[in-house]
Amino acid sequence: MAVLSRTCRAAALAGVAALAFTVAACGSDNDSGGSAATDSPECAPYAQYKVDKKATVTVYATIRDIEADKLRSSWAQFEKCTNIKIDYEGTGEFEAQIKVRVDGGNAPDLAVFPQPGLMNTFIKSNKVKPAPQQVKDLVSKNWSADWAKYTTVDGTLYGAPLGSNVKSFVWYSPGLFKEKGYQIPKTWTELVALSDKMVADKIKPWCAGIESGEATGWPATDWIEDIMLRDQGPDVYDQWVNHTIPFNDPKVLSAVDRAGSILKNAGYVNGGIGDVKSISTTSFQEGGLPVKDKKCGMHRQASFYANQWPKGTNIGENGDVFAFYFPPIDASKGKPVLVAGEFIAAFADRPEVVNVQAYLASAEWATSRAKLNDWVSANKNVDPSSFAGVIDKLSVQILQDPSTVARFDGSDLMPGAVGAGSFWKGMTDWINGKDTKSTLDFIESSWPK
Amino acid sequence: MDYDFSADIQKLWPMLVGIGLFAAVVVALLLVLDVLPRWGRDRWQLIGFFGPALILLTIGLIVPAVRTTFLSFMDADSNEFVGLDNYAWIFQHQETLHMLRNTLLWVVFVPSLSTAVGLLYAVLVDRASLEGLAKSLIFMPMAISLVGASIIWKFVYAYRSEEQTQIGLLNQVRLWLGMEPRQFLLDPPVNTLYLVVIMIWIQAGFAMVVLSAAIKAIPSDITEAARLDGVNPWQMFWKVTLPTIRPAVVVVTMTITIATLKVFDIVRTGTGGQFDTNVLAYEMYSQAFRSFDDGKGSALAVFLFALVVPIVIYQIRTLRQRTEIR
Repeated sequence: MAVLSRTCRAAALAGVAALAFTVAACGSDNDSGGSAATDSPECAPYAQYKVDKKATVTVYATIRDIEADKLRSSWAQFEKCTNIKIDYEGTGEFEAQIKVRVDGGNAPDLAVFPQPGLMNTFIKSNKVKPAPQQVKDLVSKNWSADWAKYTTVDGTLYGAPLGSNVKSFVWYSPGLFKEKGYQIPKTWTELVALSDKMVADKIKPWCAGIESGEATGWPATDWIEDIMLRDQGPDVYDQWVNHTIPFNDPKVLSAVDRAGSILKNAGYVNGGIGDVKSISTTSFQEGGLPVKDKKCGMHRQASFYANQWPKGTNIGENGDVFAFYFPPIDASKGKPVLVAGEFIAAFADRPEVVNVQAYLASAEWATSRAKLNDWVSANKNVDPSSFAGVIDKLSVQILQDPSTVARFDGSDLMPGAVGAGSFWKGMTDWINGKDTKSTLDFIESSWPK
Repeated sequence: MDYDFSADIQKLWPMLVGIGLFAAVVVALLLVLDVLPRWGRDRWQLIGFFGPALILLTIGLIVPAVRTTFLSFMDADSNEFVGLDNYAWIFQHQETLHMLRNTLLWVVFVPSLSTAVGLLYAVLVDRASLEGLAKSLIFMPMAISLVGASIIWKFVYAYRSEEQTQIGLLNQVRLWLGMEPRQFLLDPPVNTLYLVVIMIWIQAGFAMVVLSAAIKAIPSDITEAARLDGVNPWQMFWKVTLPTIRPAVVVVTMTITIATLKVFDIVRTGTGGQFDTNVLAYEMYSQAFRSFDDGKGSALAVFLFALVVPIVIYQIRTLRQRTEIR
């Protein structure tokens, strides 16, 4: 090894030293912002969340792009006033990555779970910190008992809801309805009658798309859940979700067949796109677009589909597109509504983490986010007029209506192997022609014992 | 979608720091070993050079492999011992059997066709004019990542019904020929073959480059002698070229076979394992990271490992024989 000459060795040593400096430079904190700003009058509402030393809270979630930007601006003022920096990371790989990060000892401070079922697996392995007292108080003040239930295990609350959405919507073109004199259906029978009328008018009444990469099939599970809730009622729905009746029970079979009477009906689908099988290769984002071009009569999809319409689409009662409530089968039994939402789990209990948790559970934060459009919350103490979008307003109305029988998206409550696996896969195969019985048998066989 | 370069440039830092640190460690190691006293220097050098590799291999390969094997005999949460249940599961369900069938389709078609296409191309362009250009054309897909290639091909296969504007190349061609558009990636088992095409598209370039180099390395006295004996091109290929480059063909086929057994990206990007296109490596991921069943995921990993090992052994053996001959 004597081949290295003296000078060469000196140069190499200098290189090592230089690298060391580079690393040090990278590690330096160049955040600016004095404490003077935190004392200004507009910071008064945030005084309770303020910490003395600069701190960072990491948040990991599924929300990305425009919606993530809106989240960031919704808490920008909070960051300015409290010395707490919220380091937000949105990912498309949340479900797989959160396990890797938690198991690897690299858990985020806060994680936003769209599936309470998935969150519960972390609660059961004692990874999630129980909700601190402030958060508990806020949850009981701001949300109905239903919403608290989803993250309560053995009587302990583990996290507050963040956003919510209403899934029981049918998107339509007000223009087409006016042109042809169609009425908004109020019952299932009227809905089917309207579909037949559209067929007579040479319009394919329904369109759908369930392709969503790895999650392909999920929009079809929403169909099944929505109809399960209407065909069998909320009690059987709960039994089905909790697996007290098997997945291939005749009651489930009846609901899935009812969904099939639309989704697998070659006369009804797939408006403006193709045949029945084209549902499984059409992306969720594109599934409803033919509605706008009046090539498809109706598209059942959640409130968040409002984000999918092309720029410049006017959403409203007299606009290009609008949505009506997916009607019940028996109107006398109340208004069944399928809802979903995200929940915040904490993997740390440092004071700044607790403060962020409490702030995100407050009506103040929800109002700040609501004003930025395209977002719904089940937080009771947000003034409905704060919600900017028409669909958001409609969703909030439905959520706050006392006759509403709300049930959470079943696939998000089921164990991951079913709710984010065989249920999706099974429904995709079902659309592709597999019969209902063997589809349900397959899903039942995959339920973890 | 706007791409803000300045926002992403900072992501380069960790990479530069990483490379820098690696270089620093190597240089430091060399310097330290250089100033060691003469006495026992050989042993220290052995430890210095071999030690880090051994430690990294232990942490990164041996420990995880042993742990995975243990986990494959445990249940989903790795709490209880379940014996061979996870392995039995692989062979008991229609879904998993189809997955094995698809994996077999991949392993049969990709190595054989990639090698055949690569070999044919290498022979055809050998000493032709513009050989360099022709070779770079077929080699170029190698530079594209599997995910990128799958997205490209997804567009080639894209389906739109007749009344819509086609965005897929193949379906537009079908329309021009007066046929109806077709859902290429929907109907099993041919949809797996359409995915197989993507892998061949990528691997043929690799096969071509290696085999072309082997052909060029054939001693000219052999070909000359054959020509004097009056062989036609057909005989030349089967009696002279192929037997001479046989070791290279074996290495190429085996390398592609291993890559194919592990195929994951194409299935995940192309169909997400839907429509009966699932394969072993993808099911392994989806069991371990989607269903959180570490037992089944590990069992599939061990099974995959068991399939690859014989190929690796065979390859090492051929390699050793070759060196012995020399």
